[in-house]
Amino acid sequence: MSVLVVAEHHGGKWHKMSWDTLVAGQTVAALLKTELSALILGAQIEPLAAELATHRVDRVFVAEHELLSEYSSDGYTIAIQQVIGRVSPDLILFPHSYFVRDYGPKLAARLNRSFLNDVIDINVKENCIRFTRQLFQGKINADVTFSDDLPHFISIQSGAYRGDTLEPTGNFAPVEKIDVTIDPTDIRTRYGEWFRESKSKVDLSSAEIIVSVGRGIKDPKHIPIAKGLAEALGGELAASRPVCDNGWLPLERQVGSSGQTVSPKLYLAIGISGAIQHVVGMKGAEKIAAINQDAGAPIFEIADYGIIGDLFEVVPALTEAILAIKED
Amino acid sequence: MNIFVCLKQTPARDSVIRFADHGKRIDESGLTYELNEPDAFALEEGIRLKEENGGKVVVVSVGPERAIAVIREALAKGADRGILIENDESFQVDAFAIAKALAAVLSEESPDIVLTGLQADDLGFGQTGVILAELLNLPHASIVVKIVEISDGSIRVRKELESGWFQNIDMPLPALLTIQSGTNKPRYATLMGIKKAKTKPVEYYSIRDLGVEPLRSQTIENFYAPPKTKETQFFEGSSREAADKLAEKLKFEARIL
Repeated sequence: MSVLVVAEHHGGKWHKMSWDTLVAGQTVAALLKTELSALILGAQIEPLAAELATHRVDRVFVAEHELLSEYSSDGYTIAIQQVIGRVSPDLILFPHSYFVRDYGPKLAARLNRSFLNDVIDINVKENCIRFTRQLFQGKINADVTFSDDLPHFISIQSGAYRGDTLEPTGNFAPVEKIDVTIDPTDIRTRYGEWFRESKSKVDLSSAEIIVSVGRGIKDPKHIPIAKGLAEALGGELAASRPVCDNGWLPLERQVGSSGQTVSPKLYLAIGISGAIQHVVGMKGAEKIAAINQDAGAPIFEIADYGIIGDLFEVVPALTEAILAIKED
Repeated sequence: MNIFVCLKQTPARDSVIRFADHGKRIDESGLTYELNEPDAFALEEGIRLKEENGGKVVVVSVGPERAIAVIREALAKGADRGILIENDESFQVDAFAIAKALAAVLSEESPDIVLTGLQADDLGFGQTGVILAELLNLPHASIVVKIVEISDGSIRVRKELESGWFQNIDMPLPALLTIQSGTNKPRYATLMGIKKAKTKPVEYYSIRDLGVEPLRSQTIENFYAPPKTKETQFFEGSSREAADKLAEKLKFEARIL
């Protein structure tokens, strides 16, 4: 068994999920008592490759090509396919990034393999590898095994392994260049510049207290209930995706994988079920309190404090209680 | 335009999921089903494309017999034809097999555009569209929030990236798009639409007759409730009592007041 981690960067800047995935790779390579390699793709990426080589890997592969200077699903698929052909890894770990969601399953299918995404844990028992992932919006866990041939393709959920504590060592792993051949006509899509719809004026990442509303708020006319609580606490108001999609709060207040990532002292989730896409944006909070009428809501898996009840009754009561304490 | 929209029937969003056979499978006895929410946005996008550009909308689903309900729903909303690829397994089929079944049928058609939702809310793979594009040899864009423009056999779409970034992508048609949720307002079926739907054609295939093998590249060994990562303190009693207890904790334990 050999393990390969595919690291991701955007224009020379690391995607932080690369480090989470690298730690996952280190963990599984240790379990399997095998070597760990890392792959980086792009153009002019020697500095990144050198940095990668100091982070507890046995080998770094570099696939450089002008046509990899920007991401394309076709370019990445072709390049990684060629790398796999050269180095024959048995287990390939990707960060569960938007790019990987865009090319990972395509790459696996091209090699007639399935792809397992959003893995949160990997276990090895009697040479059988079990991967844990979440189903039903985080309500259920499942242990999954592959029944198709090697290599296995998996992506690691953000934060499932903690890459933020990973320190460089003094050792340099060997860096090996791999030539890849890509023809300009192979790339069928043309990608424009990145842009933001509006300059975000709200920086939730520095907020100490966040009151966040989800689907459970049901109607925009109820937003003031949450706003009242946020004001009583002296915190910022935020929301999960469906609330912003409906236009009940502006996009700049959205927390989650497509919005902001926050780590306040208190995150108070109101009527938020706790789908994976939301949780990755807020699980770094010091304390999490959740108010939800569904006792099975996954938000309670990560909550320090919970109230199972009707938010339309509980939230106004909580606002009053907090104002009373503050007056004392 | 030949517009194809792939739909999945999934357990209703607020379903309580129970296990059977010691977690070997999902207990389906008490479940109700609905159109996978992200697919509703893909369907709406497909119907709008037809309204603006002319053509036909064909909806395709892989699932048990009950999945005919989502095809009927789509026909009532304005789709013209339905295809159900029957498959008895609900939760033990991976995205690869589903995409292979869809590809087997779609390769006999001539789509200009294929749409899927960004993911299914039950298994949460978010892969079917991307794999289908590969199997049909189509260019694709995933997590599309807007179809910006269609002209001269090419399409420009807006794609969502991480942390609030977006990007436009151009590609030739035919192409496949996976549609982000919340990007439009799915219409309701009208009474007239429901009536008309009954006369619209639906074809049936069986996943096995399509030669999709293996049906399972991955096996779910067991389902279970996620272990709690934190010991949650629950506050009970009336809403007021619970709120008072939480406020106390926020003051004395979390020390944020």
